[in-house]
Amino acid sequence: MEIFLQQLVNGLVVGSVYALVALGYTMVYGILGLINFAHGDLVMVGAMTALQTMLFLMGAAPGMSPLTMLTLSLAVAIPVCMMLGYTMERLAYRRLRNAPRLAPLITAIGMSFLLQTIAMILWGRNYHTFPQLVSTAPLQPVAGVFVTPIQVTIVVGSALIMAALIVLVTKTRLGRAMRATAENHRVAALMGVDTNLIIALTFVIGAALAAVAGVMYASNYGIAHYGMGFMPGLKAFTAAVLGGIGNLGGAMLGGIVLGLVESFGAGYIEHMTFGLLNSSYQDIFAFIILGLVLIFRPTGLLGERVSDRA
Amino acid sequence: MKRSVVALAVMGLGLSLAHAQETVVRLGSVAPLTGTISHLGKDNENGARLAIEDANAKGVTIDGKKVRFELLGEDDQADPRTGTTVAQRLVDADVKGVVGHLNSGTTIPASRIYNQAGVPMVSPSATNPTLTRQGYPGVFRTIANDVQQGGMLGKFIVGSLGAKTVAIIDDRTAYGQGLADETEKAVKAAGGKVVAREFTTDKATDFNAILTKIRGVKPDAIFFGGMDAQAGPMLRQLKQLGIEAKFVTGDGGCSPEMIKLAGDAINATTYCSMPGLAIDKMPGGPEFRTRYKARFNTDVQIYSPYAYDAATAIIRAMQAADSAEPSKYLPALKKSNFQGVIGTVAFDDKGDIKEGAVTMYQYRNGAWSPM
Repeated sequence: MEIFLQQLVNGLVVGSVYALVALGYTMVYGILGLINFAHGDLVMVGAMTALQTMLFLMGAAPGMSPLTMLTLSLAVAIPVCMMLGYTMERLAYRRLRNAPRLAPLITAIGMSFLLQTIAMILWGRNYHTFPQLVSTAPLQPVAGVFVTPIQVTIVVGSALIMAALIVLVTKTRLGRAMRATAENHRVAALMGVDTNLIIALTFVIGAALAAVAGVMYASNYGIAHYGMGFMPGLKAFTAAVLGGIGNLGGAMLGGIVLGLVESFGAGYIEHMTFGLLNSSYQDIFAFIILGLVLIFRPTGLLGERVSDRA
Repeated sequence: MKRSVVALAVMGLGLSLAHAQETVVRLGSVAPLTGTISHLGKDNENGARLAIEDANAKGVTIDGKKVRFELLGEDDQADPRTGTTVAQRLVDADVKGVVGHLNSGTTIPASRIYNQAGVPMVSPSATNPTLTRQGYPGVFRTIANDVQQGGMLGKFIVGSLGAKTVAIIDDRTAYGQGLADETEKAVKAAGGKVVAREFTTDKATDFNAILTKIRGVKPDAIFFGGMDAQAGPMLRQLKQLGIEAKFVTGDGGCSPEMIKLAGDAINATTYCSMPGLAIDKMPGGPEFRTRYKARFNTDVQIYSPYAYDAATAIIRAMQAADSAEPSKYLPALKKSNFQGVIGTVAFDDKGDIKEGAVTMYQYRNGAWSPM
């Protein structure tokens, strides 16, 4: 039982990070039909910027409390990512808004390579140790389950952020404008919504979430490097599709489910297949689940919500 | 007019003659220069480069002509497919010898290509036993192989550490899997019990799922076959999950980088193994370390002394055979016997290095210290 609970905790932590990143993918896809492959690399930029800030602060103000340092680093990383998200949209994707679907897709892949290479030039190829400012010493084990403060922070923090996003989208004027643009951006423009602004804001909000996810991810594992955004980005996109692309609730659910599936999959796959498959298959387990869900429920768990493109 | 034409012609002839006096011999170096272990790849390339620069500085003459060595450094990204592409590229560029690759997983497929082209290859770090068991005449390595390393590890874990139950994890690469399999054999032979066999990849950062599974079987020691980029985070997560087993890894984790990545999680119950002697015990070790730092402004990682000696072996064989042609200097390479940085460099009939010592290290006071 203790193993089951521990795997549950592991899965929740990983899933929360996936959920945050999946939100960025799903919002952009819902409005533009674009899979922003560079989103995973925004996660990396957030983590690396925070790392740089922390290193600077540790040198310039060694007496600062870890929590202040973390807050300040987030305060630097989030605006940087937001600016980067806005720049990407403005320079690369806006011009291709009416182009055939392939063009923005390839641009996004190119953007991803660009970000990774710039990061490689700026921060080198090595893995960097990310200061784990929230403690990683396990708390008192409950029922044999070890949880660390950083893991609690991640799960609680993600939940709060996701709740805030739901409130933003459902209860504010801005949120209504976003939903209208997502449904049909031409008609929304006719209704007086500044669709260019809304689309830019969508990218910016997604980028902010990515920055937070990046800092959480790097804090949890204690490492950061220029290629760290690729795999989480891919998995988060899978989570978004799993939950129903374009659907905010779907992205959150998909992220958590994917995290849990990965955790339980790696832990129990040997039992379930009587020793035929072992934990070396843990990565593809998640994709098998995705395949099964899409076969039996093609629009994802909560149904997809993509704009009507006339 | 006529005089200046004659003068120009004489100058041209003189220049071309002077140029003809110096031939350029190209050697290749292949290692992952991008990716998770790029710090180790760059380290390998630097070792070979230092050897080439030393040879050029000394002035080497082959077949009556002064020779300048040039190093073509290539990146195989630790990926077997890229490794074969790069190998073909080097062969097409007419290299006379190759120092590389780094990972067993890329060296083994590439060795087939070098063998077909007749280009000798000396690896400074590929430890999988299969490399020299393929029957290729031109394949050598300056590092002990995993049969020796795994054997030593198994004996160490059960004997010196007194572990009765062992959990083994590997990263599913040719190197990690090979080393883990050899260690498993040796653990069983020494009377230990392998209670878990788990797997990850060489790109993963989250090991919580498999470590939780391992925690359930409560092993005395955990062995990881893989590189420092995974071993460091794995150690962190071990501590976060409250696992108190001893942690042992192979030469892939025996680097300063591993210590940095593991942060607070590393302590005196962490061990690693290294084929060969400790760098301070190597005859040319301390001097190499200082010169390397002065030239490249960074510390020796793991394999650069072995890369240095690999390049030196090729150069010396060319000098001994008085030819840079692979077919002519290969017999001399086989009969290599000199004092390199790492000690005596001599190859057995399969291409493995003859004095295959393995040293165990324990983490103490911020660094790996030999036991």
